[in-house]
Amino acid sequence: MSAATLNAATSTADIMTGAEIVLRALKEQGVDTIFGYPGGAVLPLYDALFQQNAIRHILVRHEQAAVHAAEGYARSTGKVGCILVTSGPGATNAVTGLLDALMDSIPLVCITGQVPTHLIGNDAFQEADTTGITRPATKHNYLVKDVKKLASVVHEAFYVARNGRPGPVLIDLPKDVMLGSGPYSEAPTAPHRSYRPQREPNAESIQQAIRLLKGAKRPIVYAGGGIVNAGPEASRLLTEFVRLTGFPCTNTLMGLGTYPASDKQFLGMLGMHGTYEANLAMHGCDVMLNIGARFDDRVTGRLNAFSPGSKKIHCDIDQSSINKNVPVDVAIIGDAGLTLKALLEAWQADSQPQHTGALAEWWSKITEWRANDCLRYRQEGSIIKPQHAIRRLYEITQELGRETFITTEVGQHQMWAAQYFGFDKPNHWMTSGGLGTMGYGLPAAMGVQIAHPDALVIDIAGEASTLMNIQEMSTLAQYRLPVKVFILNNEYMGMVRQWQELLHGGRYSESYSSALPDFVKLAESFHAKGIRVTRAEDLDAGIREMLAYPGTVIADIAVAKDENCFPMIPSGAAHNEMILGEDQEGGVKGVTDEGKVLV
Amino acid sequence: MPDQADNKFRTATIAVLVDNEPGILARVVGLFSGRGYNIESLTVAAVDEERAISRITIVTGGTDMVIEQIKAQLDRLVPVRKVCDLSLEGPHLARELMLIKVVCTGEQRMEALRLADAFRARVVDATTASFVFEMTGNGDKLEAFTALMRPLGLAEVVRTGVIGITRGTYSLKA
Ligand SMILES: Cc1ncc(C[n+]2csc(CCOP(=O)(O)OP(=O)(O)O)c2C)c(N)n1
Ligand SMILES: [Mg+2]
Repeated sequence: MSAATLNAATSTADIMTGAEIVLRALKEQGVDTIFGYPGGAVLPLYDALFQQNAIRHILVRHEQAAVHAAEGYARSTGKVGCILVTSGPGATNAVTGLLDALMDSIPLVCITGQVPTHLIGNDAFQEADTTGITRPATKHNYLVKDVKKLASVVHEAFYVARNGRPGPVLIDLPKDVMLGSGPYSEAPTAPHRSYRPQREPNAESIQQAIRLLKGAKRPIVYAGGGIVNAGPEASRLLTEFVRLTGFPCTNTLMGLGTYPASDKQFLGMLGMHGTYEANLAMHGCDVMLNIGARFDDRVTGRLNAFSPGSKKIHCDIDQSSINKNVPVDVAIIGDAGLTLKALLEAWQADSQPQHTGALAEWWSKITEWRANDCLRYRQEGSIIKPQHAIRRLYEITQELGRETFITTEVGQHQMWAAQYFGFDKPNHWMTSGGLGTMGYGLPAAMGVQIAHPDALVIDIAGEASTLMNIQEMSTLAQYRLPVKVFILNNEYMGMVRQWQELLHGGRYSESYSSALPDFVKLAESFHAKGIRVTRAEDLDAGIREMLAYPGTVIADIAVAKDENCFPMIPSGAAHNEMILGEDQEGGVKGVTDEGKVLV
Repeated sequence: MPDQADNKFRTATIAVLVDNEPGILARVVGLFSGRGYNIESLTVAAVDEERAISRITIVTGGTDMVIEQIKAQLDRLVPVRKVCDLSLEGPHLARELMLIKVVCTGEQRMEALRLADAFRARVVDATTASFVFEMTGNGDKLEAFTALMRPLGLAEVVRTGVIGITRGTYSLKA
């Protein structure tokens, strides 16, 4: 066949409707699951979905949940999560999820229906300026007005979502474009015309970093969610690097699991509710190696008091993270995995000896801090301490040895989960870090369970947060997803109550969870099992019952109502102005009026 | 810690080559407003019709750290092809076009014309009671001329905002 006839043949064969183009491109991009909710503007796509089997559609009960489910799916698999919602309210309901994914760098592609092109701008029924509304809530977005460009836009959306710093990408698709016909084209192999993030670290910067690291007397490795995004190999390389150097390592909230929590070189999480040893080591270090973290305000505390004496090395795939909050001495732009590989090689090739004596001294200092045992709590009597509930949940799941994924809602329970549940592997911990979205955990767990049908998936929840997307119990029932919702029920928006106690004179304005449902009956009405535990003596049995049950469970654990989450660096304070547990509390020092302004 | 002495506020003229597509200006402007950067001036026009590339010139201000941020934030926008801080690239030219209407009669007309001549402003419209002058130059020159016209019957001013280009052989290409 001549080239001309070949072209003619493929071009006629590959003419299809816009809806078919979308599905074919999704399939080519490796999508097997899409979370969504139908409506008028997306009916052609739902019709095309109906006529195929390659892509499974999961019908959620609220579009926000579709996005969180896709986030859970994405973060637990390393793939791009995919969402389909209708125009207008479908799109606006998705916005919170999109911003959540943007803040936490989760790769998503969200397709929204739009009114037909000739009605755009007319205030048509269910019209919203979706690209306008989502511009600051996505990494990038598209309004496709020409079906001939549709295939290439879908491919580009996936490319943008997964490359560089990952994030959510939205494609707004007018109904007439879904119904029109055009040619299909495969994903391009040529480099993108403008978006080409640097993956390979600069060799010169690696050398500068190694010189600092070899000369370090009080080093620390501060590793974040970027390492999760770089794939499991990056976590393996991080572990290898930390072991080889003998350095202490701390993780951000988003980075938990990238370094094994059970390892002796792990100092625990850092930041506002981080450990004493991690925060003091950050404060006192002389060389800091930040890989895949962004000096977030939850981590740094008061900026002008943040790690004042250290040389800082910052490795990030996103140039705009460098020198944003904290000026650094060496910047390495690139993929976290490739950067770690380069650091490992350069460390081994470098002949300069380490300051082993100084490092041993540094470790003995850290050991002293550790002896403080900042996460200790006393479980006495019948009232269940929330920390204890999580500790037991962790220990019992360890005993069972099943692959376990944890999601959380937002609040005290989230911080306790980060503190008391140990993660030894990446991709097994999903939490809303940057946006702090209550209602994230249940739908995220749903997405994780879809991706890992045989694994144990637990949403560690607060009673207030979990009500924010409780409708998804119905989705869990429909798809028989055996997610366990483990509610630490303190009858308060505990984190709000804690701030009111510590910063607002104990005036508990609107933070009591009144009129709570009977969670056992609620579970039952959604065809799930409900368990309520009120006494410490019954905690283990309750946890075991939850874990043994093959279907969906809500375990409502009544915990101490007035427990605070410590350690805590009050906002506006420095790392060395941390409040430890209640017994050492002695009032809240370090909270200035300036600090009160901060969230 | 790195040099903290560079905390001085400076003005930067940033040239940005972008894909000429719907929404690109909203993206750039939204970035500035959303992140609280200031825009002193912004101009945009297509410069390569065939490849659908536009060039935006933004005059902004901040500390070096903020200006670095602005550049990095612009650079990670998908349709942005190139970002260049003209103020750092070495010597560069910055120009602005102004049309200015002066309504006056008698002796003031003569004075306006004399000053226009001295500033090399061109008369592009005239009636017995008014002039429109066209003038290019940098901001200082345009402002000086505007100030001189004020007592003579300044009625209306319109300015394009700054465009800039580097001197010498270095060229910004997408
Ligand atoms: C959507 C949303 N609204 C409000 C907040 C502010 N907020 C943060 S934590 C919290 C309380 C959460 O209460 P609960 O889920 O019971 O968790 P607890 O702190 O008691 O463990 C609130 C209201 C938020 N993070 N997200
Ligand atoms: Mg609560």
